[in-house]
Amino acid sequence: MIADQIVTGLLTGLIYGLMALGLSVIFGVMRIVNFAHGEMAVVAMYGAWAAFRYLGLDPLLSLLPIAAIMFGAGYALQRGLVQPFVSRPDYMQFILLISLALILTNGALLVFGPEARGIGVDYSFDSYEIGPLLIDKVRLLAAVAAVALTALLLAFFRFTLTGKAIRAAADNRIGAQVIGLDVKKLYAVTFGIGTACLGAAGTLMSLLVDVMPRVGPELTLLSFVIVIVGGLGSMAGALAGGVLIGVAEALAGTLLQPSLKSMFSYGLLVLILLLRPQGLLGERN
Amino acid sequence: MEMGPKISRRRAIAGAAASMVLAPALRLFAAAPVKIGVLLPLSGALAREGQSCKRGADVSPELLAGLGMPVELMFGDTETNIDTARTRAEKLIADGAQALVGAFDSAHTMAVAQVCEQRGVPLIINIAAAPNITEQGFKTVFRNFATAGRLTTDGLSLIKDLFKATGLGVQKAAFLHNNDTFGQAMAGAIGKLAPTLDLPFQIAETIAYDGAARDYAVEVGRAKASGADLVMMVSHGEDAIKLIREMVKQRFEPKAIISPGSPGMYEAQFYKTLGKFGDYTVTNLPWINPKSAMSQKLLSVFTKKFPDALFEMNIGFTFEAILIAADAAKRTGGSASKAILEALPSTNIAEHVMIGGPIAFDPKGQNNNIHSASVQNRNSKPVVVFPADNAEMAPILPAPGWQAR
Repeated sequence: MIADQIVTGLLTGLIYGLMALGLSVIFGVMRIVNFAHGEMAVVAMYGAWAAFRYLGLDPLLSLLPIAAIMFGAGYALQRGLVQPFVSRPDYMQFILLISLALILTNGALLVFGPEARGIGVDYSFDSYEIGPLLIDKVRLLAAVAAVALTALLLAFFRFTLTGKAIRAAADNRIGAQVIGLDVKKLYAVTFGIGTACLGAAGTLMSLLVDVMPRVGPELTLLSFVIVIVGGLGSMAGALAGGVLIGVAEALAGTLLQPSLKSMFSYGLLVLILLLRPQGLLGERN
Repeated sequence: MEMGPKISRRRAIAGAAASMVLAPALRLFAAAPVKIGVLLPLSGALAREGQSCKRGADVSPELLAGLGMPVELMFGDTETNIDTARTRAEKLIADGAQALVGAFDSAHTMAVAQVCEQRGVPLIINIAAAPNITEQGFKTVFRNFATAGRLTTDGLSLIKDLFKATGLGVQKAAFLHNNDTFGQAMAGAIGKLAPTLDLPFQIAETIAYDGAARDYAVEVGRAKASGADLVMMVSHGEDAIKLIREMVKQRFEPKAIISPGSPGMYEAQFYKTLGKFGDYTVTNLPWINPKSAMSQKLLSVFTKKFPDALFEMNIGFTFEAILIAADAAKRTGGSASKAILEALPSTNIAEHVMIGGPIAFDPKGQNNNIHSASVQNRNSKPVVVFPADNAEMAPILPAPGWQAR
């Protein structure tokens, strides 16, 4: 049973990691903490639900279109709303993004109501039996997609010109401007990429979790825990944090009491803050 | 020949005009509906349950008017918040409510009860199980719902009786319960009562879970590892869906999944999401009597008004609470709070909707004639399967395996 739970925790953690990656990317480059992170993921979850309900699209197929739409939305949001706040005090940025989170949650309540909406694909209840292990098919497919997307994102930042320019702007904003990089545009692209990550993660999550408006704040909090544990601003840290939280919760539930799962992940957060405030893979400023 | 006093033409016209004006007014006065304030959690965490109760209230005026008991309903939303429940109760009374009905949640109901006691306005509880509500010595509170202790005792006893009736042999049970206030109270009561009821199985594992958890892989994994062939579940809504979904994925096939008296497994969302996998689960709780004439009338009005909604317990109890207020007003011939309050202790309604004896209250304002039944999901509908007197179908236990459906 313990091996089953570790595998389950690992797979779930990879999806959590992809979701937290968006938060880490935006903070790592722009130094803005996106308090509407979970709420944006919920928008993607509703998108996946609507695509399934009205177009019959499996979330694994609607994944890329939703991520692309979310990229566009994130880009526009940064240019239209967030950019003027980039150089303003932190509290103003917090209030702006918390307001956005409230608008998204209440907008979802108005449009979709409080009921949970689930996606029932043909393989929703299937599982693979590999030796003594029983692996949930949905969770496995979603985790594979999450790993593939994370690898794609890391490759983008490492090998493409735009990716390198974004990293340059993150390292030294003034320097990037001096050498002629359009930092405003790079920030908008970064915000778009972070939102696209959320779009992909939200679409994958919709296979595992029923969507309802109140899921948003929970996902925001979860993402914060993951990126703080993994290291705020570190992409590899976000993935590692996701896996660590996923496995830790699974083990805590199995060995102690399931209702202690959340307490265990917050305990881990406190421990990291005390012993290694920059997170597992974060860099000390 | 003596003639009576002469009536002039002018007087006759004036008399006719006066009667034309006054007669409808007098008729209106004679048939003045009782104003009932209905307090429910129409938004917030309990919105789904509150909206379900509201449907029961919405169909009441039509049905009660046909029985010569006109009612006028005024709604108040508690917003799933104790303070709001209190202020909405005050407002409904200030707006002219002669009796209040509500408030679904025990804590909200207690807050409303205090307001009603201060203002001398009767409160008829539709749903709220905390025993202390009727143990406070309130003179204005009347509860037409079972207490938590009674719910648990009936819920556990019915499991035993159901197994006896179906010949189902079960050795071990895993008890999964939500760790919210309701779940903890039920778990506490079951822990105390189970040893005294001579149950034919042992509770091998008790698993408390967080109702807001995203999935229940660990919880179900533990239940499966315990070797249980019965799952007892105290859920609250979406958690029931997630638990069953995980049981299917983990190929955990207990002989029976039974709730000893909690929501979750008889809700529209449960049927919609789980389809065939939601079938054969059993919930033991007070339920609408399918064989009562009044419940059939209620079902007919309900189906006409809400063709897609589920006809379930919340609707029956909310309707009955309004029926109790209307019946008291009818017996007094007036609709003042004081008169209704005086009539309520002598309530005796033989023909009603829920399973059990006549609606009547003990000196504490508690109706002790409410009985639980075993309700099994069949073809994505809740169906009474036990006791036999009220059953629409025979129970099917053990439940067929997930892949055999």
